Amino acid sequence: MLVGPSGAGKTSLLRTVAGLERPSAGRISLGDELWFDAQRGTRLSAERRRIGYLPQDYGLFPHLTVAGNVRFAGKRDRPDLLERFGIGHLARARPKQLSGGERQRVALARALARDPRVLLLDEPFGALDAITRRQVRDELADTLSGLALPTLLVTHAFEDAVVLAQRIGVLDLGELVQIGRPDELIDRPATAMVADLTGANVLRGEATPRPTGSLIALEGGGELVSSTPASGPVQIAIQPWELELADPAEGAFADLVVSVRRDRGAVAIRCARVTIQVPSDKAGVPLPPAGAPIGVRVSPSHVRVLAPR
Amino acid sequence: MTPAASSGSRTDGDARAWTSALGRVAVAVIAAIMIAAVMAFLMLPIIALVTYEPLHTLIHNFGTSVATDAIRVSLKTNAIAFVLMILFGTPFAYVLGRSRFRGRSVVLTLVELPLVMPPAVAGIALLVAFGPLGLLGGTLSTLGIANPVFRQAAVVMCILFVASPFYLRGAIAAFEAVDDTFLDVAGTLGAGWLRRLLRVAVPLASSGLGAAAAVAFARGIGEFGATILFAGSFQGTTQTLPLAVYFDFSGDNIDAAVAIGVLLLAVSAAILLTSKLLARIWTSSTSTSPSRDGRSIYAPS
Repeated sequence: MLVGPSGAGKTSLLRTVAGLERPSAGRISLGDELWFDAQRGTRLSAERRRIGYLPQDYGLFPHLTVAGNVRFAGKRDRPDLLERFGIGHLARARPKQLSGGERQRVALARALARDPRVLLLDEPFGALDAITRRQVRDELADTLSGLALPTLLVTHAFEDAVVLAQRIGVLDLGELVQIGRPDELIDRPATAMVADLTGANVLRGEATPRPTGSLIALEGGGELVSSTPASGPVQIAIQPWELELADPAEGAFADLVVSVRRDRGAVAIRCARVTIQVPSDKAGVPLPPAGAPIGVRVSPSHVRVLAPR
Repeated sequence: MTPAASSGSRTDGDARAWTSALGRVAVAVIAAIMIAAVMAFLMLPIIALVTYEPLHTLIHNFGTSVATDAIRVSLKTNAIAFVLMILFGTPFAYVLGRSRFRGRSVVLTLVELPLVMPPAVAGIALLVAFGPLGLLGGTLSTLGIANPVFRQAAVVMCILFVASPFYLRGAIAAFEAVDDTFLDVAGTLGAGWLRRLLRVAVPLASSGLGAAAAVAFARGIGEFGATILFAGSFQGTTQTLPLAVYFDFSGDNIDAAVAIGVLLLAVSAAILLTSKLLARIWTSSTSTSPSRDGRSIYAPS
């Protein structure tokens, strides 16, 4: 699973693996099969790589029926695959007549009819609205776990990656910034960009070393204690659920509430400098209204000092 | 502001409104006259041609040997040229439409050159290229190939030379318009270039290809200038319908010339209608982007 902002090179990387773009350097192999080697001048064409490639919007052939699309890959009818994806009754429908989720199932069935050794998915939820997106994502998670097929999926949305991925690679400006399990990325983001992608609050400040960790004077006022030793200008990352509300005078730093939003079992309090997330059951405690001054508290172990760029 | 001043400005305003309304009427009248004049000029010859002789004379003239021979020659030569044009032109257009290489724009311009070349020039050019004394004339005779000049093969060559650029130009544009995604996906699904061409590119470009082929066919049916120079006008072998019109006309047989003219007009009108219909289907079928609605992913059972 590859995550990164738009323009990071995710699609190009996927297309390169698929054999649709020729890189100037490097090496691509799957198992014992060499697909590309710039030095040796080896290049296996896309049609010989045995990949299941799903581009954005799935690229279903508009002039063929659902069954025709699947037949294109395997050169024979595959009613078994259509049934498996619950699209048997749509065999004679055209892609235009399908919903977003149905299109994805047809595209997956077609890719599997190719009998691929690896699955490549490019922004599989890019064309879907928020509600459909969640349904299709859960469905895809089930399908993928049942397939036991190596899968490379690129997306710009970290929450998709958390649901679907075992390992996440973060791409930024064409470079792989960090690779790890979702929880590793959340707990130990390598850069401010990774932290931002996971939804963490990123703050700047000036650190002075202390016997146990450091004291960080924040830009915009306030001080934070961190258990990580540091000195000089630093960036720190704190997840929204690690921050606690305090009285305006008591917190480590002061902030102003911008909006309060309830979202599935939690309350997100968006402030001018940070976002704080509190569980709904705690929300029985009166929440500050928009515009209210608050204080923010955080445990020193949660104040992650990011490696300087 | 005094009352006098305000009433004075009102009459000014009324006068201005009157002149502008008059102006608008004048513009509309001039526009209507111009449209009528242009349409009359374009339509009168066609009406005159169709109404020149009564239906039974028309039918009688279709049956003359000049007319039936010309129909046969036109059908045969155009059919052969059409098949050759589709067979060679389609892969050629696919390569030019789908790939980028140095000198591509030069090739594209050269392909279009016969479109703007006067037909008589095309005829004389074919003659000095393939004629007995032409560039390849000697080569053809040493290879034991009969020289095409004044034979039916020459008619086919003329039609190909003047008509196929119309197909090539339209087909290149149609292939260029095919979304890369479909061809990329076809490749990852294991389809080689021939399968990508026949199963994906041609169906997706079919309306554009059909419209281009229709225009080229119309041009081929009407071909006159190059043919009369390179193939001559021999009844039964090289005399196509347009040449037969000229033959009947110069033989003072206006009735027969008009009859063949009516026939060619009907063919042209049919082709024009076909290409318009195909173009309409094309524009409506190329919008292949998926709808972004949020219909349930659970299909009705």
